[in-house]
Amino acid sequence: MFKGFIYNKKAAPYVFILPFILVFLIFFVSPMINTIIMSFQTVLPGSRKFVGLDNYTKLLGDKVFLLALWNSFKYMVWTLILLIPIPMVLACIINSKLMVGREFFKASLYLPALTSVAVAGIVFRFSFGEQATSLMNQLVALFGMDPYKWLKNGTTGFIVLLILACWRWTGVNMLYFLSGLKNIPAELYESADIDGASIWQKFRYVTIPQLKPTTIYVLTISIYAGLAMFIESYMVFNGNNSPNNIGLTIVGYLYRQGIEKNSMGYASAVGLVLFLIGMAINLIQLKLNGTFKKED
Amino acid sequence: MQSNLSLNSRKSSEKSIRNIAGKEKNIPTKVLIFILFALIAIVLLIPFYTLFISTFKDGAVVIANGMDVSIDTAKMSLKNYIILFTEKNSFFTWFFNSLFLTIGQVALQLFISAFVAYGFAMYDFKGKNFLFVCVLFVMMVPFEILMLPLYSQISNMHLTNSYAGIILPDIAKAGTIFFFRQYLAGIPKDLVEAGRIDGSSEYGIFFRLILPIMKPSFAAMAILNAMGSWNNLLWPMLVLKSPAKFTLPIGLNTLMTPYGNNYNLLFVGSFLSIIPIFILFMCFQKYFVDGMTAGAVKG
Repeated sequence: MFKGFIYNKKAAPYVFILPFILVFLIFFVSPMINTIIMSFQTVLPGSRKFVGLDNYTKLLGDKVFLLALWNSFKYMVWTLILLIPIPMVLACIINSKLMVGREFFKASLYLPALTSVAVAGIVFRFSFGEQATSLMNQLVALFGMDPYKWLKNGTTGFIVLLILACWRWTGVNMLYFLSGLKNIPAELYESADIDGASIWQKFRYVTIPQLKPTTIYVLTISIYAGLAMFIESYMVFNGNNSPNNIGLTIVGYLYRQGIEKNSMGYASAVGLVLFLIGMAINLIQLKLNGTFKKED
Repeated sequence: MQSNLSLNSRKSSEKSIRNIAGKEKNIPTKVLIFILFALIAIVLLIPFYTLFISTFKDGAVVIANGMDVSIDTAKMSLKNYIILFTEKNSFFTWFFNSLFLTIGQVALQLFISAFVAYGFAMYDFKGKNFLFVCVLFVMMVPFEILMLPLYSQISNMHLTNSYAGIILPDIAKAGTIFFFRQYLAGIPKDLVEAGRIDGSSEYGIFFRLILPIMKPSFAAMAILNAMGSWNNLLWPMLVLKSPAKFTLPIGLNTLMTPYGNNYNLLFVGSFLSIIPIFILFMCFQKYFVDGMTAGAVKG
């Protein structure tokens, strides 16, 4: 019977897929359903009580949550502004014939992505220290500025998080665009040359449209990555409690409610709002980019 | 087949490079571009340099004064390194925990994900498309959204404070399944048919015929997943409770808290924690790039 089974072509695919199905059901579907149910409940150790939409209505009036939402949204938008056009242009330059030392620079720009957020956070935290002797304060002193409390102020604290993101991800996104550039047929540039197109025209009318699949990919992953940012802030601000919540993100608030305050129902509502916002933004983005049309 | 294709695309990309650049040899532009990239590289490397310099400074002083790039040999010493290697401390416990976890996690992820990907790539069966959409969906939803209910699940299964609790939820890793499936799509199904004619079982074909030819794709995913595993902080931090089981990123984080009493280890430990991944990167740079960018090109 065993022999019959291992030669059975009908059963085999399900055996191959089985590990995924199990993991998917146990560690994805079940927690997902559980979190949806909990978002309509008050969860205390040993007792769960349905409270309808209370958690959600409470969220709407929760100033700290709205601040966290705003912080995450702002962070996402800024990472999109900084981490898509700049890496795209850098990729075009590094891919051009005029580039000297291409492999070396590719590797150096990628290096920051190898570090853990733990290490990156430690370095950024102490480089942006408030003492006159910290790296950034020494740097601004060169321009005659007084030492600044970088991580105590909302705007500069936010900028530190953005610099950290740019430091870690510029090289990675550049590599995405580089691999996209490699797939553009040379004929397109040849015919553009015959038409007498300038470098800018070639970039605008050949490179950008041809890179669209890569751009959509980077955009899609960056939207969720930006909205779900947490551990960077946790490391830079040495914990989840930044001064006046300047570094608090949606996931930070979810962590605070769920882990630190043990109020799982409310935290679940926070998580689902984040999930829905990310999903909505991505669906709109994919629709505007015409991704669904192509599939039909 | 596949290598031919990539060769062609490389040739054409070289052509396109020539076309972007035009025909004239533009020396001043070359110099400007070089300076631009040199500046970017220097700025990006400053944090590594700063960290390296700090490993020779008194940890408590760096914490009090902040990190900088200055070199004052009178105040610098190998003291931190000596403490790290000679005195009793937790660094090597964390280091080997991380190493053990990374190797175990990556080995299981690769094997199980390849197994699943083979099912998706080589068979037609009922529910295939739906299940593959599930794979894509899991890839898209960030872990952070599920971390709390996932934690409840792990604790219901009595897996908190264990490496199994860290490894199991991500053992059939969606991104890795996706990558392997794309790779296997390039392998002719005739090979599988030939295996059947030779009298191999369905699983014998996978183990004896397919696994050996998947080696290059294993290398790319091994490196990518090893980096993720080695650097992972959030999930292990939630699952693990006892300091004896901490991984390096968690351990380094505890050194930074006010209760961390060993600031001398903070910077030297951070610096040394990067080294294994750097070595991997130097040796297998090509595979890093292949693994990272796989989704962007074909997805």
